[in-house]
Amino acid sequence: MANYDIDLVVTSAPHIKDKVTTSSIMRDVIIAIAPALIGSVFIFGLRSILVIIISVVSSILAEVLGNIIFHKKPSLNDLSASVSGLLLAMTLPPSSPWWMVVVGAFSGIILGKMIFGGIGSNPFNPALVGRSVLMVSWPTYMTTWIKPQIMIGLSNISQATPVDSITTATPLGIVKLQSYAKLISDFGTKANLYKALFFGTVGGSLGETSALLLLIGGIYLIARKVIDWKIPVIYIGTVFVLSPLFGRDPLFSILAGGLFLGAFFMATDYSSSPITPMGKVYYAIFIGFLTVLIRQYSSYPEGVMFSILLGNAVVPYFDKVMPKVYGVFSKKEVAK
Amino acid sequence: MKVFTYSPGGIHPDESKLTKDLSFEVFKSPPIAVIPLQQHTGAPNNPLVQVGDYVKVGQKIGDSTQPVSAPVHATVSGKVIAIEERLCPTGAKIKSVIIENDYKDEWVELSPRKSFEDLPSEELVKIIREHGIVGLGGAAFPTSVKLTPPKDKVIDTIIGNGAECEPYLTVDHRNMLEYPEKVITGILIEMKITGAKKGIIAVEENKLDAANVLENKIKEMGLNNVEVVLVKTKYPQGGEKQLIKAVLKREVPSGGLPLDVGVVVQNVGTLKAITEAVLEDKPLIERGVTISGNAVSKPGNYIIRIGTPASFIIDTLGLNRKLRKLIFGGPMTGIAQPTVDVPVIKGTSGILMFGDEALEMAPQEESPCIRCASCVDSCPMGLMPVLIDHASRKNDLKTAETLHALDCIECGVCSYVCPAKRHLTENIKSVKQAIIKQRKIEAAKQAAFEKLKAQKMKEKENSPKEVQNG
Repeated sequence: MANYDIDLVVTSAPHIKDKVTTSSIMRDVIIAIAPALIGSVFIFGLRSILVIIISVVSSILAEVLGNIIFHKKPSLNDLSASVSGLLLAMTLPPSSPWWMVVVGAFSGIILGKMIFGGIGSNPFNPALVGRSVLMVSWPTYMTTWIKPQIMIGLSNISQATPVDSITTATPLGIVKLQSYAKLISDFGTKANLYKALFFGTVGGSLGETSALLLLIGGIYLIARKVIDWKIPVIYIGTVFVLSPLFGRDPLFSILAGGLFLGAFFMATDYSSSPITPMGKVYYAIFIGFLTVLIRQYSSYPEGVMFSILLGNAVVPYFDKVMPKVYGVFSKKEVAK
Repeated sequence: MKVFTYSPGGIHPDESKLTKDLSFEVFKSPPIAVIPLQQHTGAPNNPLVQVGDYVKVGQKIGDSTQPVSAPVHATVSGKVIAIEERLCPTGAKIKSVIIENDYKDEWVELSPRKSFEDLPSEELVKIIREHGIVGLGGAAFPTSVKLTPPKDKVIDTIIGNGAECEPYLTVDHRNMLEYPEKVITGILIEMKITGAKKGIIAVEENKLDAANVLENKIKEMGLNNVEVVLVKTKYPQGGEKQLIKAVLKREVPSGGLPLDVGVVVQNVGTLKAITEAVLEDKPLIERGVTISGNAVSKPGNYIIRIGTPASFIIDTLGLNRKLRKLIFGGPMTGIAQPTVDVPVIKGTSGILMFGDEALEMAPQEESPCIRCASCVDSCPMGLMPVLIDHASRKNDLKTAETLHALDCIECGVCSYVCPAKRHLTENIKSVKQAIIKQRKIEAAKQAAFEKLKAQKMKEKENSPKEVQNG
C-alpha cells in the first residue's frame, strides 16, 4: 500500500452544514436596520448618531460586564449585543439625554438578557426591557419628542424652524389627547398625513417613524429567511383589521407609532418569540389585539412595547401548539 | 410533467454531483477481499466455509436460518485465509471471511433464464433471498423480507426510488441512465411478487435525463402499468416516508412500515440487482459506488466488488491532498471512518474523501441555541428537534418520547440548518437509542415480574391444597 498522509477526523453526520451562523444572522439584522437608522439622521439630525453610538457602546460594555459577572464565555462575536443596542436606540426619543441611554442599555442587556443566561435564554426582548425601565423611570424624557429636522419636501410640518428647541407630539399622542380630526387638520389632508408617516417626517422615536424604511429592512429579513413572515404580517394585519372596530382609521393605525418597528424587528426576536409555526400565528394575533386595546383604552397613546413584552411572557404557552408529526393522526383523521 | 413533493420541511444543500456525467467503470478486484458475514439489517450469518477452503465468485459463504437475513457470497475466487472480526463501515466489528484473490475470477455456474413470468411469487422471493439482495440505498434491509408482507396487508404500488437526494452521490442516477431496462424489469418482478397493480419510478428533477431515458424505455417495452414521476430536488426527498407522501399523498403511520399504506419502496439500484439475480442468476457480489470528494484524484462511478477495502480504492485512485475525512455514504447521513481499513459492503452507495476543507464543511464547535426555529421549520417529520435535543442533553427520556423522538428518521437536516452548529441529530440519535434500550429493559422487567407472579400464584394455589391434604 502506498504511503499516504492520512489523519482522519471522525464526526457524527451530517458532514456538511449550512453557512448561516448566529453572527451572520445578526449581521443581516444590522443590514436590515440600516435604512431606518440612516433615515433617522436625516429626519432628526446628528443627535440621532449620538444616541445610536451611546446605546451600542453601552450595550457592548454591558454584555462584557455580564459575561464577567455570570462567568460566561466572551460573546461579542455573535453581534447580538450590538443588535440590541441598535434596536434600543431606535425606540428612544432622539432628544434622550446620554445617561438615560446608558441606563437603558445596561438594563436591557443585564436585566433583559444576561441574568437569564445570555443569548437565546432571554424570555423578553432585551431592547424593550431597557426601554420599559426608562419609560417608568423618566416618563417625561421618554415622551418629549422633537420635530423632524428636515422636510424632504413631502410634509408641511416643521417649517424652517430651528431644531431641538421645538417639541411636538407624536401622531398617536395627538389622537389620544385631542382627536384624529385635529391630527388631519394639522397635516392639511389625510394624504399628507399618510405620506408623512410613510416617509417618517413626524415626531416619534428615533427609528420608528418611517414605515417605508422599516418595510425595506423587514422585506430584506424575510427574503433572507432570517425572520418568518408570519409574525410581522399577522401582527400588522391584526391591527389593521381590529382598529376599525374601535373607530380608528386602519391605514393610519398601522403606519403610526412603533408598529412596523415592533412587528419586523422586536416581535420577531428569536429568543422571546414562539418557535412553532402555529404558535407564531397565535402570538402575532395576541400582540396585535393587545396593541389595539392599549392604544384605545390605556393612558398611553402607543401599545406596541407593552403588547410585545406581554406576548413574550405567554410564549411558552403558544409553543404548546406543536406542528403535526408525520404519521401521527388526530382523532378526526383516524375517524375518516 | 407534474412535479411532486412532500411538505413541510426539507433543505436544498449544494448538490455537488461532481460525478453525474461519468459512466460506470468496472473497478479491478482487490488482492484481498474482506467480506463481513453480516451486511444487512437483521440476524448475522454463520460462515459456510473454513479457513483454507477454495471459493469461487458467487459461492455462498455465509447464511442464516433466521427469517430477517440475507446470505453473503464470495466476490473473488481464491483461498479463504482467515475468518475473523473486522471493522465494518457501520462502525461495528463483524466476523468476516477474508479471501485471497487468485485473480482467476472463477465463477460458480450460473443458469440465466429468459423471463420471470412463469415463476411463482414464492420462487421469485426465494431467488432474491438466495442471491443475497438487500436494499442498496444504504439501509441494507433484506429485500426478500420487504416483499413478503403479512397476509392481511395488500400492496397496491411499488415505488422505485430514484430520488438520490444526498449530495455527491450519483450511482442511482447512473443506474437509471445505463440500466433502465433492468430497473424497470425489477419493478415488474416486484409487482408480480406482491400483486401490486402499479409501478412508479420517482426521479428528482435534477436528473431529468434519467427520467426521459426511463420513460422512453417504458414506451419501448409497451408497459402501461409503470410510470415515471418527477419529484422536487429537495433533501430528504428520497426518504421512504417523504417519497410516499410526495408521490401518493399517503402517510406511513408512526411506528409503521410503508406496507401499512400498501406500498413497497425500492431503490433503483436494488431493482437492477433483483433483475440480475432473477434473470442472470447473479448473486450480489458487486455494486455501483460513487467515489467523490475533493481529496480523491480520480472521482467517478465504479462497479466495485463487495469486500474491497477502502485502502485499495485509495491506492488505485490516488489522493491529491492529505486525507482528513473518509465518509461511507452521503454527506448527510454517511459514517466517517476512523481508518482506511474498512471494506465496501452491500450498503455502501458512496465513498467520499475530503482534505482539511471537511473541517470547514461541518464546524463542530457549538454556540448557544438562539431559538431561531430553523430546525422546527425544516424537519421533514414535523418534529421539534430543538426540544428533543434539550431532553436528550438532560437525559429526559420521557419528554423525548412524548416529543416523538422515535419518529426521527435521522436525516441530519436539523444539524445542517442550525446556525449555532448544535449537534442536534447526534443527540437525538442517542436519546432514541436510550429510549429503545429502556423499553427493552422494561419489557424484560415486566416479563420477570409476570413470571414471578405466576410462580407465586401457583404456590398460593398449591398451599391451601397442602393444608387440606395435611
